Amino acid sequence: MLEKMIFGRYIPGDSFIHRLDARAKLIFVFFFIMVVFIANNWITYGILLVFTFLIIKLSKIRLYFLINGLKPVVFLIIFTFLLHLFFTREGPIILDWKFIKIYEEGLKQGIFISIRFTVLVILTSILTLTTTPISITDALEILLNPLKKWKLPVHELALMMSISLRFIPTLMDETDKIMKAQMARGSDMTTGNMKERMNAIVPLLIPLFVSAFKRAEDLATAMEVRGYRGGEGRTRYRKLEWALRDTLTLLTLVVLAVILVYFRN
Amino acid sequence: MDISLQQVSYAYAKDTPFEKRALYDVDLLIPSGSYQAIIGHTGSGKSTVLQHLNALLKPTEGVIRIGGTEVVAGKKNKKLREIRQKVGIVFQFPEHQLFDETVLKDIMFGPMNFGVPEEEARQRAIELVRLLGLPEEVMEKSPFDLSGGQMRRVAIAGVLAMNPEVLVLDEPTAGLDPRGRKEIMDLFYKLHIEKGLTTILVTHSMEDAARYADRIAIMHNGRCVLQGIPKEIFSDEDRLMDYRLELPQSIKFQKKLEEMMNKKLPSLCLTEEALAEELARLLKKEREI
Repeated sequence: MLEKMIFGRYIPGDSFIHRLDARAKLIFVFFFIMVVFIANNWITYGILLVFTFLIIKLSKIRLYFLINGLKPVVFLIIFTFLLHLFFTREGPIILDWKFIKIYEEGLKQGIFISIRFTVLVILTSILTLTTTPISITDALEILLNPLKKWKLPVHELALMMSISLRFIPTLMDETDKIMKAQMARGSDMTTGNMKERMNAIVPLLIPLFVSAFKRAEDLATAMEVRGYRGGEGRTRYRKLEWALRDTLTLLTLVVLAVILVYFRN
Repeated sequence: MDISLQQVSYAYAKDTPFEKRALYDVDLLIPSGSYQAIIGHTGSGKSTVLQHLNALLKPTEGVIRIGGTEVVAGKKNKKLREIRQKVGIVFQFPEHQLFDETVLKDIMFGPMNFGVPEEEARQRAIELVRLLGLPEEVMEKSPFDLSGGQMRRVAIAGVLAMNPEVLVLDEPTAGLDPRGRKEIMDLFYKLHIEKGLTTILVTHSMEDAARYADRIAIMHNGRCVLQGIPKEIFSDEDRLMDYRLELPQSIKFQKKLEEMMNKKLPSLCLTEEALAEELARLLKKEREI
């Protein structure tokens, strides 16, 4: 069950997207999130979809796998879709049944928001799927470096992030293990009403917290033993290298933005 | 309860880039009341087989019969609860599953999930605390205040409290001191005999497999490559080496001794006790001559 989760997972590979500099990918995703908001009609949302599809192709990640991994957010997407569907009151009415009135604008907005959501989730997933957690945090640290002037603990933040990313799969495995152990003792987390399910989660959460704290402590000890002292003067084993393709990738984003501005209403 | 696996295959994370085949066409028959050991090198698929034994994992291909219930690849089964009550699994490092406020409550968790009344569950828990040799005063303590060895015993008690007919043990003594190890293994053997349990032991320890099991199955690279009684299994050293396994200490000793004395002992000694007896007999005989 949990093995299908894709957030925070990295799939090793050698695609164009894999080879991009992590900084380029981060900047790209950051500005892409803004660019997405330029779209406001069928053509522009269509362009966004095509663009995203191209990126998926370039990343060589199987579409089926990507969609399967998005299942957890589908609920959220449907929820926002319905919100827009029912609460936008503009344009001609297309459905009028008892107390439910659906307006054309509502349907349109619902679809647009869903596309926006999907595109954003897919792109950020591709970022983590094609970039090792280590290079993401390295990139983040370098990009945030100017903020050190304002006493922002950039290195510490990056370290916290890389540790949490690193432990996502570990905690997932741990969850799976404890869940199985409790299931073998007759605990049932998948059936029953809300209250029963909530009760069934306690035997899972407590051991999970206990082991997470233990792990954190062990890690802290291990770091201390190896003389970890934080960011000042620390050298890097892996250096990020900016290449022409990274510049070009960012340029495509500019091109995309220009096209979107041209076609929007 | 007989347990049988027929042509069982399993792949983790099927249909994702992380897909990993763990089992290939495993055939295994565990007759009711037997003590079956499953041995194999790390990553050979032992633990995966074990999780199939109470349907925590369902085969991607093949059929598993547990008593009268069938678990077939790709089909839903409503009787999983029944299976899980009858097949108790002691996982590796079972102390990680402790969670309740007191030791007694934690032990009662399993039986109460299966609808045993509270008073009866409490009685069982108290008996088990004694049976496992835990001091009485731990009963009302938090399981997190106990020593590692005690936590292990509490967790084992939590599984035994469900009164399973089949007991599946995944390296139940890993990380314990030698004495605790022997106590716990002997306890499992006692329960196996007294309650007529079907016991399945997954282990790295050739000594434990030789000492306790009636039957041994060897897993290698996701296949069940060899099955038989301990004496057969341990008579073929070369084959064991192929599967990166070793002989139990007593048999190693016996072989060396036979080599040095240029003499064969009448049978393969699976335990140190058996070896000592054979040697005593041999020495007595020589003295008589």
